[in-house]
Amino acid sequence: MNLSDVVQKLGLEVLAGQGALTAEVRGGYASDLLSDVIAHGREGDLWVTLQTHMNIVAVASMKDMAGIVLVNGRRPEADTLQKAGMENVVLLVSMLPTFELVGRLYRLGLSGERT
Amino acid sequence: MKQLRADLHIHTCLSPCADREMSPPAVVRWGRDSGLDLIAVCDHNSAENVAAAARAAEDTGLAVIGGMEISSREEVHVLGIFRDDLSLLSAQEVVYENLRGDNDPETFGEQLVMNARGEVIGHNDRLLIGATALALEEVVRTIHRFGGLAIAAHVDRPSFSIISQLGYIPPGLGLDAVEVCSDEPPPMREDLAVIRSSDAHRSEEIGSRYTSFLVESPTVLEIGMALRRVRGRRTLT
Repeated sequence: MNLSDVVQKLGLEVLAGQGALTAEVRGGYASDLLSDVIAHGREGDLWVTLQTHMNIVAVASMKDMAGIVLVNGRRPEADTLQKAGMENVVLLVSMLPTFELVGRLYRLGLSGERT
Repeated sequence: MKQLRADLHIHTCLSPCADREMSPPAVVRWGRDSGLDLIAVCDHNSAENVAAAARAAEDTGLAVIGGMEISSREEVHVLGIFRDDLSLLSAQEVVYENLRGDNDPETFGEQLVMNARGEVIGHNDRLLIGATALALEEVVRTIHRFGGLAIAAHVDRPSFSIISQLGYIPPGLGLDAVEVCSDEPPPMREDLAVIRSSDAHRSEEIGSRYTSFLVESPTVLEIGMALRRVRGRRTLT
């Protein structure tokens, strides 16, 4: 599954990284602690978080994640948006809270486990 | 008693997210230029540019206090400011023991260690932007163990603050103060002192927020007394 499928099926708003929407999503990770994502996030994961600080872009980029989804309609800070644009990191927004969003991602076939 | 203008939260080029131009002597110069009497150098999880800033400030009339902005396991940022080098370095040792990972300068930025002339004398390779393994209570306890003051950083910010991460200030935590970095009124609690500071990462931010203290001298001991409002010391609003 690629990112644009997920965006379309879940009605996500694309804030940055339009050019990288063809990337494959290999799994998912939900966490609001950056240190936890640095430790456990994997390449190709879609990262679900409520954090909007600029460092989420650095972490997603470092871990080669597929993209970031902000929950609850949260808006990123201006420098977060700018950095995501510059580094072509996919930044998405869902109006759903984390539990709902992760449930729907799972139903689409994404998993936190890798076989 | 003297009225001192203090900005107790200033980063240097040791913090990966700060501008490279924030060398210790430059920070001192800009601190003086913006009318401050006292600054605290508080880089993320490290104090390796404090000595250079203190040296650069000798005979300038600006007092420099050494500190760190420590990140707890919950990613709550807490300022620890210390009375002397030994206390500061002891606290830094505890932070380092509890900080995992290596910095990636390409991703997070360079972490420059400088001397008092602003020359690069080394790079810190630790992941200073990361969180320690210390719980918030342990961070506060560590700061107090070495005689420092523990101040919850930028409680008015949506990231890395005790409010953003926990949603409230746990009673009994033992904070000496909370810091706000905007002009907004702070989330008041009767028993907690409030300071304002800049959290400067860039030159133009130095002194943009500050706290006026009524104290005898620019020391951590005096600031602690002002935060507790004892012996005539206090903050001025």
